[in-house]
Amino acid sequence: MTENTDAVTAAETADHPLVELSHVEKHFGELHVLKDINLKVGKGEVLVIIGPSGSGKSTLCRTINRLESIDSGDIRIDGQPLPQEGKELTKLRAEVGMVFQSFNLFAHKTILDNVTLAPRKVRKIPKAEAEKEAMELLARVGVDSQANKLPAQLSGGQQQRVAIARSLAMHPKVMLFDEPTSALDPEMINEVLDVMVDLAKEDMTMIVVTHEMGFARQVADRVVFMADGEILEQGTPDEFFSHPKTERARDFLSKILEH
Amino acid sequence: MSGFADLFSQYDILAAFLVNIELTLWSALLSLILGVILVTMRISPIASLRGFAAGWVEFFKNMPLTIIMVFMVLGVFGQLKFQFSDNFDTNFFWLAVTGLSVYTSAFVCESLRSGINTVPLGQAEAARSLGLNFFQSASIIILPQAFRGAVAPLGNTLIALLKNSTVAAAASVATETSSLMSTMIEYNANLIVTIFLIFALGYVIMIIPIGLLTTYLSNKLAVRR
Repeated sequence: MTENTDAVTAAETADHPLVELSHVEKHFGELHVLKDINLKVGKGEVLVIIGPSGSGKSTLCRTINRLESIDSGDIRIDGQPLPQEGKELTKLRAEVGMVFQSFNLFAHKTILDNVTLAPRKVRKIPKAEAEKEAMELLARVGVDSQANKLPAQLSGGQQQRVAIARSLAMHPKVMLFDEPTSALDPEMINEVLDVMVDLAKEDMTMIVVTHEMGFARQVADRVVFMADGEILEQGTPDEFFSHPKTERARDFLSKILEH
Repeated sequence: MSGFADLFSQYDILAAFLVNIELTLWSALLSLILGVILVTMRISPIASLRGFAAGWVEFFKNMPLTIIMVFMVLGVFGQLKFQFSDNFDTNFFWLAVTGLSVYTSAFVCESLRSGINTVPLGQAEAARSLGLNFFQSASIIILPQAFRGAVAPLGNTLIALLKNSTVAAAASVATETSSLMSTMIEYNANLIVTIFLIFALGYVIMIIPIGLLTTYLSNKLAVRR
């Protein structure tokens, strides 16, 4: 049985990329925030999206689990087109993990409840089982000793690591990171990046919007550079950082790498 | 001072207050249920539900309570022949509770909506991104936090409700405080100041603890962010 499903999954992934965006367009009123975005992300790939503020990279990230709707185009996760509404959409969201800039831990729930909530309510996993796995995940990100505290009692770095554990508890096919370290104090950035590096090593498919160029260089399989709602270039970190093709990317890199 | 004792021995003043407390408790319960349903409709993704709830709230919020109460008796009972019970007192009591509840539900909804505004958008986004559906996000994540942020306005709504319960006189609930007060003044016009004081103090004594309790709860339950 297991062999069978594995075979099917393998065949499926061979056919199509895990995440596929084609001709995606989006406006915020007059503002054209996504212009003809075409992007494919393979299973196990770590894609880092960089670019100046307002370039549409966060919006792009948020369209993938439909926190932002799109005007036109097509987004597919594991070959399935992104549903518009209802049960199908909730089901899809359960398979796409998301980590936010502002952590967004449920403020009135303990750390443990934050991690067990979705497995219990969405996947209907029994409480004891969900808690056991949650403790393992919390241990993995190094905050298991804080399990019974409320989010506000933790540091930003700890909260973000819990947020990652909370997403992982749903066993997502792909993880989206929307500037996960931008709201953190400098000394806490590395503890979060370390967790992400570990995830990448375990072949998690990741789409990461970030300003951490060190992380991009070290971990990314591919770097996508966006400006003004367009993908201007993409390539391996080596290609991109050493030989940026566009003037815009050279300008951007010179500004952030100067210091 | 002897007038004070006389009045208490002649009339069952405490029983009258008890009627208002009963009216208030039932109406608080029902308006809370209605208010939660309404606010859930107001934040729902379905436009027609949002529109219905908004219409309900605007209609009852802007309608004088006396008109609703008189309508309950003359319209709902008198014209439409709807009655809760063959017993007149019971019937009028529940008509009054219904009138108070639909009226107060508009204010409960508005209080809860102000509570929802204290919950950052990211909480709902996180809930949705984990695969929770609308009802799960609303009932597990948004509303519990909204309640904690709405303790103070909900307390004020409860205080207003307790005072508004005296309008039940307009719905022919003859045993409650304002009806009793009118009767007492009619037969003891010489003690009018004492009568006023009794009822005024009675309400102040009931309402001050509610205010203190809401302030305490509001601080204690506030969600730390």
